[in-house]
Amino acid sequence: MKILVAVKRVVDYNVQVRVKPDGTGVETENVKMSMNPPDENAVEEALRIKESGKATEIIAVSIGESKCQETIRTALAMGADRGLHIEVEGIIEPLAVAKILKKIVEKENPGLVLLGKQAIDDDCNQTGQMLSAMLAWSQGAFVSKIEFSGENIQVTREVDEGLEILDLKLPSIVTCDLRLNEPRYASLPNIMKAKKKPLDSLSLKDLNVDITPRIQQIKVEEPPKRQKGIMVSSVEELLQKLKNEAKVI
Amino acid sequence: MILVIAEHNNEYLKSFTLNAIQASSQIESEIDVLVVGNKSDNVAKELSGVPLVKKVLHINSETYDKQLAEDVAPLITNIAEKYDYIIAPATACGKNLMPRVAAMLDVSQISDIIKIEAPDIFVRPIYAGNALATVKSLDSKKIITVRPTSFDPAPSSGGSAPIEEIQSSESAKLSNFIKKEESKSDRPELGTARVVVSGGRGLQSSENFKLITDLADKLNAAVGASRAAVDAGYVGNDFQVGQTGKVVVPELYIAVGISGAIQHLAGMKESKIIVAINKDEEAPIFNVADYGLKADLFEVIPKLTEELSKLNIIKK
Repeated sequence: MKILVAVKRVVDYNVQVRVKPDGTGVETENVKMSMNPPDENAVEEALRIKESGKATEIIAVSIGESKCQETIRTALAMGADRGLHIEVEGIIEPLAVAKILKKIVEKENPGLVLLGKQAIDDDCNQTGQMLSAMLAWSQGAFVSKIEFSGENIQVTREVDEGLEILDLKLPSIVTCDLRLNEPRYASLPNIMKAKKKPLDSLSLKDLNVDITPRIQQIKVEEPPKRQKGIMVSSVEELLQKLKNEAKVI
Repeated sequence: MILVIAEHNNEYLKSFTLNAIQASSQIESEIDVLVVGNKSDNVAKELSGVPLVKKVLHINSETYDKQLAEDVAPLITNIAEKYDYIIAPATACGKNLMPRVAAMLDVSQISDIIKIEAPDIFVRPIYAGNALATVKSLDSKKIITVRPTSFDPAPSSGGSAPIEEIQSSESAKLSNFIKKEESKSDRPELGTARVVVSGGRGLQSSENFKLITDLADKLNAAVGASRAAVDAGYVGNDFQVGQTGKVVVPELYIAVGISGAIQHLAGMKESKIIVAINKDEEAPIFNVADYGLKADLFEVIPKLTEELSKLNIIKK
């Protein structure tokens, strides 16, 4: 079984993002970029499944500008076998990403597709579920545990009330939560090795997918700033403030 | 016309559906609600009493007992034709289901809106709420998830909308429900509580987390946690407040032993009053706190709990 893992290049999660003064987006020039954190969990889980003998090959795919190849190299350095880059400029909506991934799935025939549950830039939380619908496959969203049982997988989903366990028919789409595993660091020798692993690049034309935007971004602005409050020196003072000033207790 | 997807557990309506109905009413007044479930007559009845609802569509079938996305999505797309909007609360349930519906209808979903500027223009947070994007949907049909805490709940009684039973379809047979592990608690729900007390890694152990629950009980508060505390196993995932956990907007949020990572702030910085208790005065949580107390939580939390007992002034 092949596993396809989708990885996105995003502003590093430690960076305090700044909105551009012209309101067209956030600064991404000269800002540290990294693999979307839950996508790292997706790569890690694919590696563990392969190491347990249940998968034969891991393909890391990324969609976006040419620098996405760095993100694919990160996945290869972690242990993925080969990479696929689909070159697209500008913002690409989850619906379009899902359409592109569908084409890749049809080409590669994976038994399992793993994705992060949400990208930390646009916070859309859509791509995996959309891909699953387009393929008419089973879907496990926000998953913190995957177990194989025969021809199926059992996934533990993080839901509002606690945990939900589902049995999914393969092939399946699973979107990964940060609690799924602890992603490994790529060792230096593996980073060197990754440079020699195959990484194919495809253009949108090769795939014949319409990615015309369906959403127009009108502006991006900073949220209203919260005024910094005061420091109190004791429990008594805190209670007095909450009672008499804020009037919340 | 708008179709709102009701969230429920077959027994009762989840209250965030009312917030989604209220948000919908800012777009237009023709609002139907769909209840997909099994033995869920009570839910349909509850919704029939919501004055903003014009009609309740109800499907009762064993197929939909657990509301698996693979089965519910085709049902929605079957009746989607006459609706201009399909709207659900941006809860784990809505987030799981709606993109599936959107993809089947070839629509680009607008996730987690916090404001409606015009019938096709919405504001939504991006980058964990560090920026707000105003977006215009160009699709003729719009699929939207609504951040429930950004809208008031619709009034829930006084209406008498008709309930129309509709036919179910075959199961897609792609997935099976095994079980649900729910945390049971007598405390208010995290998403809607007036007061939330959250603990972070500073608690150091699940045993120590009792300091948080004791304080919460004195305030009739819900209990929350940072991702660090959940990852460390102090409490379950359903307690997590933040970018990928729950977004809460209580009147009073007390953060104890939480440093205040961007991802945590995303889930609580809209709270009316924020109190931060942390021994590190450099902790970023103090930048959003109305009242900060630099102190060892193991000293001050028991004291705070004790003082509150003496005061006995809790507003319900």
